[in-house]
Amino acid sequence: MAVQGEIIDKTAAMIAAPVPAADWLVIAPVLLPILAGAVLLMIRHSVRWHAVLSVAVLAVLVGANGLLLRRVLAEGPVSMTMGSWLPPFGISFTVDALGAVFSLTASIVAVCCCVSSVRDVDATGRRYGFYPFLLLMMAGVSGAFLTGDVFNLYVWFEVFLISSFGLLILGSEKSQIDGATKYAILNLVGTTLFLIATGYLYGTFGTLNMADLATKAGQIGDAAPLMTLASLFLLAFAMKAAAFPVNFWLPASYHTPPAITGALFGGLLTKVGIYALLRILVMIFAVEGVALAGVIGWVAVATMLLGALGALAQSDIRRIAGFLVISGVGTMLAGIALGGNGGLSGAIFYALHSMPALSALYLLGGLVRQRGGSFSLHQLSGLYGASPFLTLLAFIISLAVAGLPPGSGLWPKVMLVRAALDSGAWQIAAAILLSGFLATIALGRVFILAFWRTEIAGVQAVAGGSMSIMGCCAVVILTLAMLAMGVMPEPFVRVSGTAASGLLDASSYVRAVFPGGGGS
Amino acid sequence: MQTLIFRTAAPYLTGLMLMFSVFVLLRGHNEPGGGFTGGLIAASAFGIHGIAFGVPAVRRALNFHPMAIAGFGLFVAAVAGLPSLVFGVPFLTGLWSAPSFFGISVDLSTVMIFDIGVYLVVVGSFTSIALALEDREHD
Amino acid sequence: MEAVLAILVGLFFAGGIYLMLSRHIIRILLGVVLFGNAVNLLIFTNGRVMRGVPPIIAEGLDVPAGAVANPLPQALILTAIVISFSFFAFLLVLAYRAYQQIGTDDTDGMRVAEPVADGLPPMGY
Repeated sequence: MAVQGEIIDKTAAMIAAPVPAADWLVIAPVLLPILAGAVLLMIRHSVRWHAVLSVAVLAVLVGANGLLLRRVLAEGPVSMTMGSWLPPFGISFTVDALGAVFSLTASIVAVCCCVSSVRDVDATGRRYGFYPFLLLMMAGVSGAFLTGDVFNLYVWFEVFLISSFGLLILGSEKSQIDGATKYAILNLVGTTLFLIATGYLYGTFGTLNMADLATKAGQIGDAAPLMTLASLFLLAFAMKAAAFPVNFWLPASYHTPPAITGALFGGLLTKVGIYALLRILVMIFAVEGVALAGVIGWVAVATMLLGALGALAQSDIRRIAGFLVISGVGTMLAGIALGGNGGLSGAIFYALHSMPALSALYLLGGLVRQRGGSFSLHQLSGLYGASPFLTLLAFIISLAVAGLPPGSGLWPKVMLVRAALDSGAWQIAAAILLSGFLATIALGRVFILAFWRTEIAGVQAVAGGSMSIMGCCAVVILTLAMLAMGVMPEPFVRVSGTAASGLLDASSYVRAVFPGGGGS
Repeated sequence: MQTLIFRTAAPYLTGLMLMFSVFVLLRGHNEPGGGFTGGLIAASAFGIHGIAFGVPAVRRALNFHPMAIAGFGLFVAAVAGLPSLVFGVPFLTGLWSAPSFFGISVDLSTVMIFDIGVYLVVVGSFTSIALALEDREHD
Repeated sequence: MEAVLAILVGLFFAGGIYLMLSRHIIRILLGVVLFGNAVNLLIFTNGRVMRGVPPIIAEGLDVPAGAVANPLPQALILTAIVISFSFFAFLLVLAYRAYQQIGTDDTDGMRVAEPVADGLPPMGY
């Protein structure tokens, strides 16, 4: 093949134009963590280097994602097709504002979690691969946000899924094994459903390139069972995002690993499901997505309310956080159901708020455990007296998660409620407000019981230790980020709006992949 | 499975399978075969060795931890895409050269480096899983 | 040919889902494997079946001479097989560990992570 390369005319199949080095930004957020994760696997016994190297690589990742976002906002979507094969034959990585901003936020959350883990993950956890798994999971999450190919999206789903299994069972406690079994089986079924849908998608269109699909789905009309396909994708991604009624794996597993792992999962993983829903149901199956809006709307209402009610019924802080993750997923689904620029940008902004907010909530749970000695509301008390600093953090984070000012949750909810009222979807507006109210009660109760109450009658006080400084730093950074979102929402609203309009009008996304116009 | 026949045959079987796995790996260049298949054959070779002589013997023979091998493979596979940066082509583009050794032209490519990486990832991860399943005392 | 394969895929799905409805982890796992194989066969069928014409371009030509078997579904299936195989290996180890630590493979008995007696949070001071 190589020897007779001259006689074969490859211009119809291969990319001929040189690729500027700057385009490698598209692949860098995936490549960096993979390389670093591989190096860490090789030096698995030199555990001293793991934390330092991970924090450094994740910091570089934040920088690369930042540059990528700046470029995408300035020039529109960027695309690179692997192996020089022309799209749609090669696997494309296509980054638009949505992918870039999600990827950036995810890397910021990851670097904070990594910083907070420096002192908290012991040598055993490190030798069993906490940091390699963390980096490979980030590679999977970034890959899912940046790829422009449906099958490749499936592969990245599996990459972060299998790394998350590794993180989830690290420590091998009974409850972890139990939670991980349910998490692993249900998520495997979910991704298999995704694969089924992908198989039918290929059978119908003969292509899996997202830009190509976005062009063709509008033209094919009634000639193919697109509604079935869209529903299958909805089921698969709803399972991944933990939407009602396929959410039961999340509260069964997310509270079992250490708080840092919970923070990573709660902050990042469900958002990948939401991202995939936005990409597939809004950008590719635009017509079918609108037709499914009624279903998604009621699913969103049920998810929001059941998440909030579930949070009310728990006494373990981490399980409360788990149910609040579900409630947040419902809020983002509500934005997808409402559609239009208002609803979608609300959903995107909510996702940007939810990543740091829920990570901070889990990390806060870890700090409460360190200071107060327990996760249970039956045993915690008097933290206000013990640590006013922790109380302040908890107060701000609770406000942000519940969607009250000056936290970051307020503005996306305002956008969503306004979009709901504009389109007459009163049930969605009511559910957003009611679930926010219930979440306020749930978090307020945590605050009253764990922080304000001075002593518990008849219960032996649990001795607490001191909080890790790195953990505090990470929570402070996340809290500041949330305050920034709450106090100066304009840039975030603008970016969310750009991302939403990029989804609603895919022409610039398609142009980035097929500069000459058209598809295959 | 500690029968005399099996224990006598196992070292030869392991050696043969390892050699065959490398053959399959390199054959994947232009014909059916490749890193994944080769890696599976090599991992089953280590599995057989483990059944015959016990898991510690395999761990000693491997010298490196299986996951470290897998990590090295992942590193090699990812690095195989990097020369593209220098040549101004997209990530993971196959770059070929055909240097001549003693008059015989040998096709070398980044694709092969990638495949060797895949081979090592599969050897490492599946050996590690096989050993975990065989290791009774540890669990 | 496609019709036969489609029916087979349906049977695989039915068997897989039936096994997954069981309470025992090991049967659920077998169901998951069957389910995964059904999906692989589904992708294969979706790529349209053609026998005996491997997708190899003859020397000197730029494109295949006639219709050839579709290689892309095979690449997709290979990836999916690799992934589902590693998942199954992992799940098998996990289920074994769960059986050792929790002492049951009955999902109704696996309530360590979500204890039944957890109760409600305190309703007052």
